[in-house]
Parts: sequence; C-alpha cells; structure tokens
Amino acid sequence: MEGMNVFAARLFPKDNRFVSGHRACQGCAEVLAVRLIHQILGRNTMVASATGCMEIISSSYPDTAWSIPWIHVAFENAAAVASGIEAGLQILMKKGRMPKRKINVVGMAGDGGTADIGIQALSGALERGHDMIYICYDNEAYMNTGVQRSSSTPYGASTTTSPAGKISIGQQTWKKNVTMIAAAHNIPYVATASPSYPFDLAEKVRKAAKVKGPAYLHVYSACPTGWRLDPKLAITIGRLAVQTGAFPLYEIENGKLKISVKTPKLRPLQDYTKPQGRFRHLDDATIAEIEKRLFEEYQKLERREGLIF
Amino acid sequence: MGADPQGVLTGVHFLDGDHACCEGAIAAGCRAAFGYPITPSTEIVERIALRLPLVGGVFVQMEDEIASSIAIQGAAWGGKKVITVTSGPGMSLMMEHVGLAAMTETPCVFVNVQRGGPSTGLPTLPAQGDMMQARWGSHGDYEIIAISPNSPQECFDLTVHAFNLSERYRVPVLIMMDESVGHMTERVTIPHAEQIEVESRRLPEGPKEEYLPFAPGENLVPPMAPVGEGYRFHVTGLTHNEKGYPVMSPDVQDHLVRRLLDKIRLNAEDIAMVEEDQIQDADVVLVAYGITSRVVLRTLHLAREKGLKVGVFRPVVVWPFPEKRLRELAERVKAFVVVELNYGQVVLEVERIVGGRVPTVLVPHGGGALHNPEDILRVVEEAW
Repeated sequence: MEGMNVFAARLFPKDNRFVSGHRACQGCAEVLAVRLIHQILGRNTMVASATGCMEIISSSYPDTAWSIPWIHVAFENAAAVASGIEAGLQILMKKGRMPKRKINVVGMAGDGGTADIGIQALSGALERGHDMIYICYDNEAYMNTGVQRSSSTPYGASTTTSPAGKISIGQQTWKKNVTMIAAAHNIPYVATASPSYPFDLAEKVRKAAKVKGPAYLHVYSACPTGWRLDPKLAITIGRLAVQTGAFPLYEIENGKLKISVKTPKLRPLQDYTKPQGRFRHLDDATIAEIEKRLFEEYQKLERREGLIF
Repeated sequence: MGADPQGVLTGVHFLDGDHACCEGAIAAGCRAAFGYPITPSTEIVERIALRLPLVGGVFVQMEDEIASSIAIQGAAWGGKKVITVTSGPGMSLMMEHVGLAAMTETPCVFVNVQRGGPSTGLPTLPAQGDMMQARWGSHGDYEIIAISPNSPQECFDLTVHAFNLSERYRVPVLIMMDESVGHMTERVTIPHAEQIEVESRRLPEGPKEEYLPFAPGENLVPPMAPVGEGYRFHVTGLTHNEKGYPVMSPDVQDHLVRRLLDKIRLNAEDIAMVEEDQIQDADVVLVAYGITSRVVLRTLHLAREKGLKVGVFRPVVVWPFPEKRLRELAERVKAFVVVELNYGQVVLEVERIVGGRVPTVLVPHGGGALHNPEDILRVVEEAW
C-alpha cells in the first residue's frame, strides 16, 4: 500500500530539525510524528506551538529539541500565532526587508488545543486563508495535565474526567471530526496521517507544504502513558487504528477525497481495544456498538471517495 | 441548616488541598460543576468528575475556561449551587464572566489555585500573583469576595463558607488557593453533616407576579427565584432595572452599580474573617494570607525567641479587606511587614488603610518557592 507514495526509506531526508534529548515518555508516537514531519519540512520552517506535552517535553532548557525558530504562546491560539507570523513574513518580503523565499509556517497543537480551546483560532486562520500548515497531534485526551477527556477522546475511553465505573462507561460522546470541520473551510489540503505509516505521512506533509494557502493535518499520536498501552506497541496500535477504522487515513486535495490506506474489510475492533487499558472495562455489546459506528463512518468515506465536495 | 448527609464524607482523611476543596464543595451542596484541566487545579476537577455523579450531581468538562465560567451561571440560574476551578491563565479567560456574575448577582464559586505568572509562568509552582486580578480583573466597578485558605483542612472548611457567602450575598466568591496549599497533603477532618453550617438560596416570598429579581432585600441582596417556577424575570449583563430589563440611563446605572458595591462594602464587617497570633503586645505585625501565613509563623517563633514583640495578622477573607481591625492595629503598633508571594499587591491595600501612620514594609517574592522565614526576620529586625 505504501507503493502508491513517492517516499521510500532511502529518500527520507536525513536533516533532522527536531533533535534528541527531549523529555517525551517511552513509546511516545507523537514525538515520532513531530520528528518525521520536521525531517520533511526542513530548516526553512517556523513553528508556533500551543501549550501541551510537546511544548513541555521539547522546549525546556537544557533539553530544547528544536533547531528551527519555535514559539509557544498559550493554549488557545497556535493558529492565530501562526497567522501572525505568516502575515508578518509576507509584509517583510513585500517591503524587501527579507529575501522572497518559501518558509513553512506551522501551527501545532494537540487535540485539546485544536478541537476544544483552539478551534476558534483554527477556524479563523483557515477562513482567512493564510499560507500555513496546521498540524493537530491527536493523542485523544489532555495528556499534559494527566489524561483528561477532550472532544477528541473516543467513545467509551476512560479518562480522569470521564472515569468508567458503576454509572458511566467512560467517555460518553463520539470523537469530534475536526478533519471534516477543517475541510468544510474549503482549504486546498486536508489529511489525516499517522507515524505508523511514515511514508504516507511524509507524502502528506510534502503536499501540505507545497499548496498555496492553509493545509490541515490531523496526525494520530499514540500515547502509551495515557492509553495504558505497552510502549512497544505504539506503532502497532497506529496500524490497528487504521485497519479497524478507528482512525482511517485519507486526504482531501482541492475538495477531492482519497482514502490513502484502503482497508476493504475492517478488522474486529477488539484487536484495537484489547491492548489499551483505557478500553479494558468495555463489554462486548459496547464494543459492537462502536464497531458498527466506525463501520458506518468508514462506509461514508468510501462513498465520498473521488467526489468533489 | 446542616448539610445534605449524602455528600458528606464524615471522618478523618489524609487529603491534599485540591481534594479537600472538592469535598467542601460537595458538602456545601454543590451539585453542578464545570471545568477544564489546568495545572495545579486539575486534581479538583478529577475528583469532582468521580464524586459528583455518585451524589446525584453533574460534572461537565467544557471546551475551555470561557465556557466553564458561564456554564456554571446557567446552572446557578437553574437553581443549583455551582463551582468551577482553574489556575491563573484560565482565570484570565474567565474574567469576563466574573464581571457578568457580579452584574447579574449570580451566586457561584470560582477556585483559583495560583501558580507563578504572568502568562504560562510556572505551572507547577506556587505564587500569590493573582490577588489584584481577583479584585479588579473584570471591567467596570464591582465587588467580589475572595478567600485564601492556608491548609487542606481550610480548603474544606472555607469552600463550604465560600458557598454560604455566595448564596447570602448573591455574589461570585473566589477561593484563592495556591499550588502549595493545593498539593499539600494533611489531615482533614470532615464533621457530621448536621454540624456543617450550610446556607441555602433565599427564595422570594409573596405573589409571583410581583417578584422583582433585582430589588434590594435583606442586606441589599435580592431574593433569587430558580427559573421554571412561574416567576417572570430577565437576566442580562446590560445595566438593568429592578425587574431585570435593560435601561440605559445614568440613574439606573447609579442605582444598580451602587447597590452591587454597597451590598459588599456595607456588610464588610460581617464578611471579614481574621486570624491573629500574639497580637496583644506586638510592636511589629506581620501581615500574610494563604500559604504565606504559615511561613510567617516560623518567623514569629524566631522573633519571639529573640525577645522581639512580633505578631501575625492574617486576613482569611482577603477581599473585602478587614479594614476596621487593621485600622485599630495601626493606632498602636510600630510597623507592619506585609509578606506575599508577589511583588506587592495586598500591601497596597494595607498601605491605604494604615495611611502613613506607621511604616509598612513589603517582603516580596516572585513565586516558584516560598519565603525563607529567616529572610523575613531580617526585614522585621530592620523595621524596628
């Protein structure tokens, strides 16, 4: 399936802008995604980061992992900060104060900083059409403060503010579909990606950087600590997420949807939920209910494939 | 009136301040909470999420602090006792709605577990830098009540008290904890439900059609009807008359805003809560609140060992400031030494009240750690 993409291991850039020495947990797939993305984006990149795990683990002295311009402002405004950077660069280039060249302006945030507190800033930036890439690293909860639910937490997952017990099955709402919300802004490029499919991820980052105008990437980021998952399974779980339909990979390029990793027959959801402590309390009936919903969602994607919307 | 026994975990516990605050809220009868995770207050939200549904309450995690601070007010108008918890950056986002709660006289409790600032600052370390924000953070003229507990036991007791004050005066009450108090674990004794004094909302009497939701009642506070019981009223952040309808006139503005201020200012002595230590013969008085009021006890001890007549004055309720008592002290002591985990906030109020009669010295600290009691002692010795 990766054969469809132009990337292969030997073509992966060696220039690493997100260097080792950070404080991420063992098995953190989010930090892997950040590194892969910045290997593709290269040195002509500026990053505006929201509050979150990635801010804490990558910026503190003396463990700073960034070797490109990077700024953290607050929790709700990564997209607004990136908008400002992009507008500022445009003016400087227009006035001839700096040479005209392609600079990747990136706004990055977690699922809380994107789907909850940051969605207003995100929508504003996409609507105004800034030439920037917004990347949501989705680990499906507020991990930095110790695993609280977000609107991106999947149905049934137990977190500290959606605890499973006698009177609750855990998270009682379905995962917010921020990718489709971004697509509804009619921006040139929207995609979901996962570090478990590195070549697909790399190709999507390359496209996102190439388009003129806003691009939105929603990147699956397994969190062994928050999901109560064996750290060595962080990559495997990302593949299972795609194969069970829990996190399908697709892109919408100029309004045209394409499923990037096709899964003609979804695997049983048990394969995905079993290794994760956050789903351990779910009974078969609930899993079947979630499975049905994921199947319907996947069918919707299949029906939309190739259509312009 | 005693507390609803269903929510009261009577017994001796080993709790941190955050968890004790949660238990205080539930004991006070809080059955609706809205929140958003932020260090160092997240533990309150986590415990509320676990505990409230078990006592028939509801906890909703909102999409941000803006939403949390307004959702509590919706629930309050629905008849519930409500709380939201946060820390500095979240408090900044909530500020618009603190003003709204003051304007609409909505009883609600905000908890700010203070951390170093400004901005993201020191998320995991203590400070007391939000004291002036608590008082003045929203626009316009208004008064709130701010309480500063210094131990997990007080986080329980004063949270109950905060709900009582909030109901009595129909005003937002801010519980100004800090990271040290929030994360400090100590013995917390939760009494029997009937021993916990709980005030309930004062409901209107008389015919429903004559109800004026913003007409001054006892202590200038109007009784409050829950929505859906046949009372007709209108709630707005616009300047409003006694019926609650917007009226844009200087007279109505003066009538309304003056009452909002007076219901706190004229009742300041009823609201005041002070703790004093060895103040009777003191020449120099240490003024401190929250966690700092425990640090200065060591200074007091060291000073007394040296034969220095030092006392401690602690405003437990910081806003409105216990002005009368401090003014009395200013008549007879030689100096005030204000110790706070900021670069000078409450000291401004002390200076105003003392009015230059005796020297007022500040011992500032930027936060991130607590004062060294010996450093404070050196300032005390110089004050002589």
